[in-house]
Amino acid sequence: MPAKVKYELKLGPATRESFGKTLVELGRENPNIVVGDADLTKSTMTTYFGKEFPERMFECGIAEANMVAIGAGFATAGKIPFVSSFSAFVMTKGFEQLRCLVAYPNVNLKVVGTHSGISIGEDGPSQMSMEDLALACALPNFTVLCPADDTATRWAVRWAAGHQGPVFIRTGRPKAPVIYPADATFELGKAVELVPGTDVTLVATGLLVAEAIKASETLEQEGISARVLDIHTIKPLDEDALARAARETGALVVAEEHLVDSGLGVRVAQALAKTVPAPVEFVGLTTFAESGSPDQLLDKYGLRAPNLVEAARRAVARKS
Amino acid sequence: MQKTSNPADLAQICRQVRRHIVTMTGAAKSGHPGGSLSATEIVVTLFWDVMRHDPANPKWPERDRFILSKGHAAPVLYAAMAECGYTPVDTLNTLRKLGSIYQGHPDVRFIPSLEASTGSLGEGISLGLGMSLAARLDKSPSRTYVVVGDGEIQEGQIWEAAMFSAYNKVDNICVIVDYNRIQLDGFVKDILDLEPLADKWRSFGWHTIEVDGHDIRALQKAFAEAAATKGKPTCLVAHTIKGKGVSFMENNPKYHGVAPSAEEVELALKELA
Repeated sequence: MPAKVKYELKLGPATRESFGKTLVELGRENPNIVVGDADLTKSTMTTYFGKEFPERMFECGIAEANMVAIGAGFATAGKIPFVSSFSAFVMTKGFEQLRCLVAYPNVNLKVVGTHSGISIGEDGPSQMSMEDLALACALPNFTVLCPADDTATRWAVRWAAGHQGPVFIRTGRPKAPVIYPADATFELGKAVELVPGTDVTLVATGLLVAEAIKASETLEQEGISARVLDIHTIKPLDEDALARAARETGALVVAEEHLVDSGLGVRVAQALAKTVPAPVEFVGLTTFAESGSPDQLLDKYGLRAPNLVEAARRAVARKS
Repeated sequence: MQKTSNPADLAQICRQVRRHIVTMTGAAKSGHPGGSLSATEIVVTLFWDVMRHDPANPKWPERDRFILSKGHAAPVLYAAMAECGYTPVDTLNTLRKLGSIYQGHPDVRFIPSLEASTGSLGEGISLGLGMSLAARLDKSPSRTYVVVGDGEIQEGQIWEAAMFSAYNKVDNICVIVDYNRIQLDGFVKDILDLEPLADKWRSFGWHTIEVDGHDIRALQKAFAEAAATKGKPTCLVAHTIKGKGVSFMENNPKYHGVAPSAEEVELALKELA
């Protein structure tokens, strides 16, 4: 069990920014890294890579299916391609290509979706991805990562580059609260226990990890000891940590900036059904959102610490 | 394998490949004989004359790449690869059977010397572009050849890839349209007409050559012209006949996706003797 840490949760770089910066470092280290984008380089932050390595940057225009398939061709020829766009576009318009040209032949392509969830804000539902984790997890051979902050994203991008096989990394638009020190280390498929606890476990991913930490502090004042797990690897899922949490705390809440019907929550429920069945409450999206500031939307659509606190109370009340 | 530029030799190989196509689809009792027979001269000319490849060293980095984007014509590719020595000839008749390396559509998991698993239409040019661009980065002489179906190019991604290729001056890719004018539901002109097809490719910035896709000498000349064309991708609009070489299959939409019966196989083999 980790020592109790006081998290300041100061705003740090957006995870898309961390992705763009790490890509440049990787480009300097490895001449086989190539990058594709679909007219969003200044948003996905692949622009940093493109400026330093124009010959290794392939701008595809607004044609995501073509971009994914070109990336698959690069990988087949021995390159390490990263392709990036808003999650909402690359995972939907490129899905069939990801299925047939990447997942099925197990091709070494890295897909980075940015502007995930509703926290893109003002652009509204057409640009918001609420189903990208479901789509990525539906692809055999894919590893699916959803890092919470700068340090976690830097690790995720580096891990993806070193891994032989397809990877999807989910990143976001807004500045992300700092959770990890710069020298933190991660292990693929191993949840990180950020807060120890014995009464309930808050299982969170991405932007919701910081909300889970805040919720645990509120719950502590109510006398509820809440464990917080950061699930940075959605697939493969850390079933051992979840089973342990169910056994030791007896109830769980899963929180994600994704549709509750198809994201981390259902994967956690599946894992517990196989190991240690326990009451689980779900915090996530149930419908399309709308325009607004990221903060307003996270409030309105129930993705905040108070929503996790309420869910935790419900989960604890369901314990037999 | 013995490479050859002699059109008579290549025609002889085509006959052998066609015999395999008919026999293996007949044995499988399903598959796509028509579009395999129409692409035979294209595939044979590439594998035996044009492409730089080595069945003894299938992962040679500087090899030319071949992508059968119209993956349902797998029988022609399997027959050619087997005759080249990549895969066994004696198991071609296990096509589409459980456990066979000759899967319904080309599958790299079963045949690692394939360049791509194909079957979902519209994707092969984009995939080939990735390979061509990688070769350009590596200053490799490798060229990529992609055979697409005519019905296939109704897919929008084909035109995304077409735009990208010309704008980026990708001149080490060559697309061959197997223009046999028949797709599953009938004649292309009655489903979603492609005309004026050569003009479409030209307007997308491609060096475009119309060629008789069954004339080996004409194909050799067109491939040489493609290789000599710099600063532009090349498209061969290859006019072909669906079911070519078997009288009762020629130009007959039935044989897009229906295998010949045992009697039909026997008749066809007589014609291809």
